[in-house]
Amino acid sequence: MTAHSNWEAVCTVDDLVPESGIAVWTEAGPVAVFYLPHHLPALFAISHTDPFSGANVLARGITGDLKGEPVVASPLYKQHFSLRTGICMEDESVRVKSYPVLLDGDRVRLKVPVSQRRFSAA
Amino acid sequence: MANKTLIVIGNGMVGHHFLEQFAETPAAADYDIHVFGEEPLIAYDRVHLSEYFGGSTHADLALGTAKDYAAKGLTLHLDEPVTELDRDNRKVLTPKGEYTYDAVVLATGSYPFVPPIDGHDRDHCLVYRTLADLDAIRASAEGRKTGVVVGGGLLGLEAANALKSLGLEAHVVEFAPRLMPVQLDADGGALLKRKIEELGVQVHTEKATTAIVPGEEARLRMNFSDDTHLETDLIVFSAGIRPQDTLARSSGLEIGERGGIVIDDQCTTSDPQVFAIGECALWDNRIFGLVAPGYTMARTLAARLNQDAEAGFRGADMSTKLKLLGVDVGSIGDAHGATPGARNIRFNDEQAGTYGRLVISEDGKKLLGAILVGDNGPYDTLLQYALNGIDLPKNPESLILPVSEGGAPALGPDALPETASICSCHNVSKGDICGAIDAGCTDLGAVKGETKASTGCGGCAALLKSVVDNELEKRGVEVSKDICEHFPYSRQELFHLVKVNGIRTFHSLIKQHGKGHGCDICKPAVASILATCWNEHIMATDHVPLQDTNDTFMANMQKNGTYSIVPRIPGGEITPDKLIVLGEVAKEYNLYTKITGGQRVDLFGATLSELPEIWEKLIAAGFETGHAYGKSVRTVKSCVGSTWCRYGVQDSVGMAIRLEERYKGLRSPHKLKFAVSGCTRECAEAQSKDIGVIATENGWNLYVCGNGGMRPRHADLFATDLSDDELIRTVDRVLMFYVRTADRLQRTSVWLENLEGGLDYLKEVVLDDSLGLGEELEAHMQAIIGTYQCEWKTTVEDPEKRKRFREFVNAPEKKDPVQHWTTERDQRRPLAKADIA
Repeated sequence: MTAHSNWEAVCTVDDLVPESGIAVWTEAGPVAVFYLPHHLPALFAISHTDPFSGANVLARGITGDLKGEPVVASPLYKQHFSLRTGICMEDESVRVKSYPVLLDGDRVRLKVPVSQRRFSAA
Repeated sequence: MANKTLIVIGNGMVGHHFLEQFAETPAAADYDIHVFGEEPLIAYDRVHLSEYFGGSTHADLALGTAKDYAAKGLTLHLDEPVTELDRDNRKVLTPKGEYTYDAVVLATGSYPFVPPIDGHDRDHCLVYRTLADLDAIRASAEGRKTGVVVGGGLLGLEAANALKSLGLEAHVVEFAPRLMPVQLDADGGALLKRKIEELGVQVHTEKATTAIVPGEEARLRMNFSDDTHLETDLIVFSAGIRPQDTLARSSGLEIGERGGIVIDDQCTTSDPQVFAIGECALWDNRIFGLVAPGYTMARTLAARLNQDAEAGFRGADMSTKLKLLGVDVGSIGDAHGATPGARNIRFNDEQAGTYGRLVISEDGKKLLGAILVGDNGPYDTLLQYALNGIDLPKNPESLILPVSEGGAPALGPDALPETASICSCHNVSKGDICGAIDAGCTDLGAVKGETKASTGCGGCAALLKSVVDNELEKRGVEVSKDICEHFPYSRQELFHLVKVNGIRTFHSLIKQHGKGHGCDICKPAVASILATCWNEHIMATDHVPLQDTNDTFMANMQKNGTYSIVPRIPGGEITPDKLIVLGEVAKEYNLYTKITGGQRVDLFGATLSELPEIWEKLIAAGFETGHAYGKSVRTVKSCVGSTWCRYGVQDSVGMAIRLEERYKGLRSPHKLKFAVSGCTRECAEAQSKDIGVIATENGWNLYVCGNGGMRPRHADLFATDLSDDELIRTVDRVLMFYVRTADRLQRTSVWLENLEGGLDYLKEVVLDDSLGLGEELEAHMQAIIGTYQCEWKTTVEDPEKRKRFREFVNAPEKKDPVQHWTTERDQRRPLAKADIA
């Protein structure tokens, strides 16, 4: 833990769905956590909010890879977002936030910058 | 051995193209070739000049290198303007010396026209043609705010784009009432203006500049004839071009009344030893201010110097297709409808921001011209119609109306004649492409390498691909129908792999037959194939990540991330008690309710976590999932039939329920809709369905492969006067054959249209059992029916599966916060994104 960010425990390994995403609520708002067992590292976290619709749905998209880049396709309008960087493959000027994520025992922890925290927390 | 000298004056795009075309021909061996350029830089691409401000350098834009020139034996004199052409003594003079010649090619191009406005020669009044001009513009713009382009034509808008990319507030001042007056009509110009203004460039039409004077807030002020004015830091004139004919004029060559070096069809001037090509040349009293006709002249001249008697310049097509400031603009042939008797079709979609106009011959058969703004999608097809005089389809408007499912009715590559020009940059015809394929090219890349097609502007890429694919197919070469980058197979091939090898998971399929990890194209397709073959619960762990959200959560996601729910109501028959349950549930969860076209009730606005709760209640009341989310059987619509109706001849509701109960849950390449009508009045609209059944005195008539929606298709009569059991057996076979052979997302209507042999073939397979598949198809269907389970019932009963419906796994009680609602006609609906502050 540092002064500027916080490794927040958001769920456990049992909550994850292989090859797919789940949504968690963090101090920075809704975040989608993806578990791709064949990737190294296998965990990815990006914002759950689809920038094109404003709806919280990205965790419910289909995962996969395009030219080797791990991606999720928005379930609404099907744009692909890189799971590593959050950059939209169809329009590189659009980018969702991505978060460092790791396993701490069987707990999944997200690094949420303090500056992004919402004061109207859960 | 060279014993003669050829001098090319001008090293622009056309001069360069001439050298490319000529340097390696037999005739070139007779000449020492000297090239003179006024600019210090080797020929570069002026068409993409504005990219210079986007980071491109001269090296990026250059068409060749000094090395290339040397390798071809050309002597290049850059930064050495020719000052005199002395035809009597056959020599040219430059500041550095004099050179004798046997032949001269003038490729001096054009210069920008600067209108003689009072003050036009002040500092910071600039032009836009050379890289030096662009350097001057950049220097002038340094630390400044605004820039004006005088001229709203093609080049003017390019210049405006350049100013914008320098960070200036850009204005365009046009004398005419609209932008691009040569290429566009009033509506097209108006739409282009709107779109360009949306991009932050201000457009002032019908403005005549009377004087340029020192400004008060900026460097300069432009005064207009209507007593208005505009302040700006710099002005770029782009009000047209004039042929650069000074040298020719002073040497006494014949010049047109309004300028331009007069040439004949062989590009020869009034002096048989002097030739002219490109924008400096005047052919049939016309100057061609585009690069493509200049290239044609260059090729003509190269051929003519090789004694090709056929070679001749016979005018050029001035059609243009551009992206100006990111806006598509296309103009073809007689865009203004000047041909006597010409008729027009216009389609102006102000909402979508697209405009299309077709100019059609008096007899309605030929396309004379066209205008497109906002979407150049139809351009290639339209150009082929216009250039090749191909007969228009019955409904030519379909060529510019918005694209419907499956794409615009593009001109099939087979319809094009051999002479059809596919790539106008490199003058490649369909015949050339066929020739390249016959000579051994077996893929697109090889054809491109061989013919250079689509290596210029690239605008013909899609057309080239369809021609190459079609020609390869005709020659029996297999063309990629790969589903995506992960599988080198079509959907049908994948189906066979799964079925034959007994593959039961996506993972083993991709491991054995694909590469990578899949995507949102192949995963749902494979999921559907697996479901069809093995009919396992779609929420089984291995299958969950393969599905679209609608399939995963067994509901239809709406625009704000909530879902709608459609319980099955077989045949549209429902008891009052069940209706009341629907009402009570909708009320409890504040769901918006609407009756669907398929005689069901759609409940909107449920959050993810509410779905299992709602379904618990619906299942308790006897409802089942309606599969509205799946590529599967939706509804069987019916009229009341003989049980109530005075005219009904059979029990259509009873048959509808029987069909719906039988086929519910069947997974297929796309959704399936049925209907049953109780008499020939056809109140259930069965002929617009995938499977349509109409009662007769003697039984049932079966119609197949109809469609409503975006691409309506009347169903075809397939069999008549069937008994109940015959009907079921026939439908079993048709559906199973479709499921097995159709491509992903291919409705039955499109499937039938693409099925070789069409309806007759389908009848042979199903009714005459020509493939001996009949029993197998029926058995497969029976197996699927036997394993049917209501997916929602299985889900609500399984706590593990229900976990998937938590909105936030770490905060089960928390509801999705980003939902903005409003109330309309007493029901809740989402606010549009634009209305959310």
